[in-house]
Amino acid sequence: MRLTPQQEMVRKLARDFTEKELAPIAAEIDETGEFPRHVLDKMAKAGFFGVKIPREYGGQGGDCVSYAIMVEEICRASGVAGIYASSPNSLGGAPFMLVGTEEQKRKYLPPTASGEIFMCFGLTEPDAGSDVSNLQTTAVEDGDYWVLNGRKTFITGAPIGDVAVIFAKTDSGKGNRGITAFIMEMDQEGVSVGKPEKKMGLKGCPTGDIIMEDVRVHKSNMLGERGKGFALSMMTLDLGRIGVAAQALGIAQGAFDAALAHAKDRKQFGKPIAKIQTIGFYLAEMHTKLTAARLMLYEAARMVDDHEDVSMQGAMTKYYVTEKALEVVNTALQIHGGYGYIQDYPIERMYRDIRVFPIFEGTNEIQKVVISGGILRGAK
Amino acid sequence: MKIIVCVKQVPDTNEVRIDPVKGTLIREGVPSILNPDDANALEAALQIKDELEDTTVTVLTMGPPQADVMLRECMAMGADKAVLLSDRAFAGADTWATSNTLAQAIRKLGGADIVFAGRQAIDGDTAQVGPQIATRLDMPQVTYVQDIKLEGDTAVVQRQLEDGYEVIEVRMPVLLTAVKELNTPRYMSISSIFDAYEKEITIWGLKNLGLGEGEVGLKASPTQVKRSFTPDPKGKGEVFTGQPKELVSKLLSQLREKHIV
Amino acid sequence: MSVHIINEKCKGCTKCVKSCPFDALKMEEKLAVIQDNCTSCGICIEACTFDAIYKEAEDRKTKDLSAYTGVWVFAEQREGKLTPVVIELMGEGKKLADEVGTYLGAVLCGKGVDGLAQELIRYGADRVFYCEDDLLEPFTTDSYAIAISRAIEEYKPEIVLYGATHIGRDLAPRIAAKVNTGLTADCTKLEIDPEDKKLMQTRPAFGGNLMATIVCPDHRPQMSTVRPGVMAKAEYDPKRTGEVVRMSISIAPEDLRTRVRDVVKSLGETVSLTDAEFIVSGGKGIGGPEGFKLLRQLADKLGGSIGSSRACVDAGWIDHAYQVGQTGTTVKPKVYIACGISGAIQHLAGMQSSDTIIAINKNENAPIFGVADIGLVGDLYQIVPEIIAQLDE
Repeated sequence: MRLTPQQEMVRKLARDFTEKELAPIAAEIDETGEFPRHVLDKMAKAGFFGVKIPREYGGQGGDCVSYAIMVEEICRASGVAGIYASSPNSLGGAPFMLVGTEEQKRKYLPPTASGEIFMCFGLTEPDAGSDVSNLQTTAVEDGDYWVLNGRKTFITGAPIGDVAVIFAKTDSGKGNRGITAFIMEMDQEGVSVGKPEKKMGLKGCPTGDIIMEDVRVHKSNMLGERGKGFALSMMTLDLGRIGVAAQALGIAQGAFDAALAHAKDRKQFGKPIAKIQTIGFYLAEMHTKLTAARLMLYEAARMVDDHEDVSMQGAMTKYYVTEKALEVVNTALQIHGGYGYIQDYPIERMYRDIRVFPIFEGTNEIQKVVISGGILRGAK
Repeated sequence: MKIIVCVKQVPDTNEVRIDPVKGTLIREGVPSILNPDDANALEAALQIKDELEDTTVTVLTMGPPQADVMLRECMAMGADKAVLLSDRAFAGADTWATSNTLAQAIRKLGGADIVFAGRQAIDGDTAQVGPQIATRLDMPQVTYVQDIKLEGDTAVVQRQLEDGYEVIEVRMPVLLTAVKELNTPRYMSISSIFDAYEKEITIWGLKNLGLGEGEVGLKASPTQVKRSFTPDPKGKGEVFTGQPKELVSKLLSQLREKHIV
Repeated sequence: MSVHIINEKCKGCTKCVKSCPFDALKMEEKLAVIQDNCTSCGICIEACTFDAIYKEAEDRKTKDLSAYTGVWVFAEQREGKLTPVVIELMGEGKKLADEVGTYLGAVLCGKGVDGLAQELIRYGADRVFYCEDDLLEPFTTDSYAIAISRAIEEYKPEIVLYGATHIGRDLAPRIAAKVNTGLTADCTKLEIDPEDKKLMQTRPAFGGNLMATIVCPDHRPQMSTVRPGVMAKAEYDPKRTGEVVRMSISIAPEDLRTRVRDVVKSLGETVSLTDAEFIVSGGKGIGGPEGFKLLRQLADKLGGSIGSSRACVDAGWIDHAYQVGQTGTTVKPKVYIACGISGAIQHLAGMQSSDTIIAINKNENAPIFGVADIGLVGDLYQIVPEIIAQLDE
């Protein structure tokens, strides 16, 4: 696929930025679990947080392919930096761009794009992971307000979040059509955040529970129509698949690059191990998987830019790219030999970072539910 | 204020290697970049633009058509206009001819309050073009600038020396050459990349500049390359044993021979 | 001399395209085509195995250059002292003057530096062209450019050499543009072509990855800025005599467009590891943290930085910031001195591109000797102090 000169320049910007600002601190972020504020500010200034948000709402007005390129480049050095970059463009910003009123967009999109606020996506609950319709958070009407009660879990950025889009049950007995989305400020009375989880990887962006006890949300903060929350969450996740795949691809590409460098350097049996056929074949397989994955990703991104329905392609891309990415990172670690097991080497962190990708933002199993459902309906 | 920044697209010579067997330069896979010192010069211009209202920053380069990507990058960083001097006739220019061509373009652009340039390009490594442009435009120059402040129509700059620096005052118009200590060049932003590609780059050839064929390019270059070669590869090292006094005198005599100490 | 492709001989093998440092060759319909940014360096000519590329000498009117005689050295001085590179230029200049068969001159600017004129004569100058004026002290580009350009125009030297110092590289291009001649920067080798007595100037380009030999056939003087620390110093002969030519140069205050407000000397600042030209590095063999005190003495003497292998950092003898190696910093200094470092692959990965590697180790089988240019087998606690002592001489 041919990239435009502008897209090539976006790649250059992201690559330069990553090399200078992210690569040198990636290991430290993983160790301390802290992501420096000033680096987030620089990312915001370069426009990374608002690539897909239109200019009139404070974003960069860029295309989805540029977004995928930017995310991939960042993740080559730091998976968690990719979370910060994709979140506002994806699960954070998309709900507003899809169904937000003009007022809501003007209020929440610009600060999300500028990095001033962190927008959380509050869907998952302890008993509602893949089974979204089983969510238990309730929203009860009380005059001009809705009262929210419930608990969300595994929410990216909850401990540092400023605002969250919460999906709650407004009408029982209507199944999925009884779910509505609300915009909830995190500093409201009744909102509390659970302790940040001790994660395996992607350390540096805290994940935690959001607990709501009689939280009063004004009816103007209903996001989209009543009962249309489930559909909104699905549409948002559809779009989010591109970002997730781009992240996984980036981490895997970074792992491949590290493995290649190691294989050229490491000499055993009188020659660099890259010259041993087994390793050479590993490299060939990895490179092929990454190339195929990238093409799938770009096609999905192009479809978004051309306003085509990306439900099937998104699901296939997310499942395929994350699965291949996991394989590539695993092989990359194997190539490192014993060094791959040592925390001084970035591959160790990449191995921990990649594992969540076949799981979150829609497990690969759920992706296959979407795909098989589509096939049986006659979709392509 | 009018600022013109002279920039050059160069191969990233920090990435270039020499094939140890063939002794040839490995140029493949080495990207073309905006010359690092020129990025500092551009950043200095942009910082002035941030502070002073009504400032235009124009980037100017003499190069092949593909240099337009670098000019787009400069505009994505914040430059307002870009001018590319491109013509077969400009080829093979040494610094005399290059500075002649650039100086003429600056005249055609109506001059500037400050002409910025990088101290030197990482391919030619001469550091001559900036001063020679200044001479042709009869402009004062300050080279190796590591700090700039503007006081009305005077620039107060720090000029780097080997063992410190001088603080120099100079009335504008002036030509300044930037070193890397001057600043940290800013990143482009995604939206500015798209904006940069919407702008037009002015392209001038020999005729636009009103110069004669004998005033540019190889024909106008007093210096010529007789031959080029890659430096000799290092031979195998030597290991010495013996008393410390002898060992050290052997070491130092070898180092002195190679003018390392 | 411009470079051309003989289309009939071109086989489209792309060897030339790959060899070009400036990306100035492209294939168009299976034939190599030279682009606008060709610098005539000639590397492609050597790369082509089919003799399909050649250099064509330009048809130039040969000027009568016989009026130009003499090899001059710009005697850069600051605060009444000659810059060290000037002594090297005097030595090199004498060699060139003898080969050409002409005199060695020096051009000196300043106020009240008659003593330096004598010093220059004792370093080999046959004639010293002395421009004295209040406005020539201290150095400003404008005043020096005026003075030296006028001296060149009046006395017509055929060669002028400048040290490639901050002053030299600021001033020489200005003079070259004023007197309309060529200038070659940062030369590391100067020779006289025995056939036509012209100056051949060799200098590094491309970040040091390419050497080019430059000539200035039709313009005079032939001028070069010369890299300090490369040429051999001139001999000092206290009995030598020569001529001092006092020049009267009129410079007006309005000619000086810059004013020096202040001069600030830098206090011995610590050199960063990645910027250091000299690195003195310590390994397990130094035995303890105090070893770095000795290494720092040598590093300070050379104006460089200290470094460390991983072993010392892990042992807590020094901060991680100094670690050189795969999980530390990669360095490329002019000189890397490895003291008591065994040379594990992970360390080499961080320093093997250094220009000159010197290794000091008690164990003659230490792997470090495999990459060292100069290896000294012995006790670093005897050798390093000896180096410091002998450098003082």
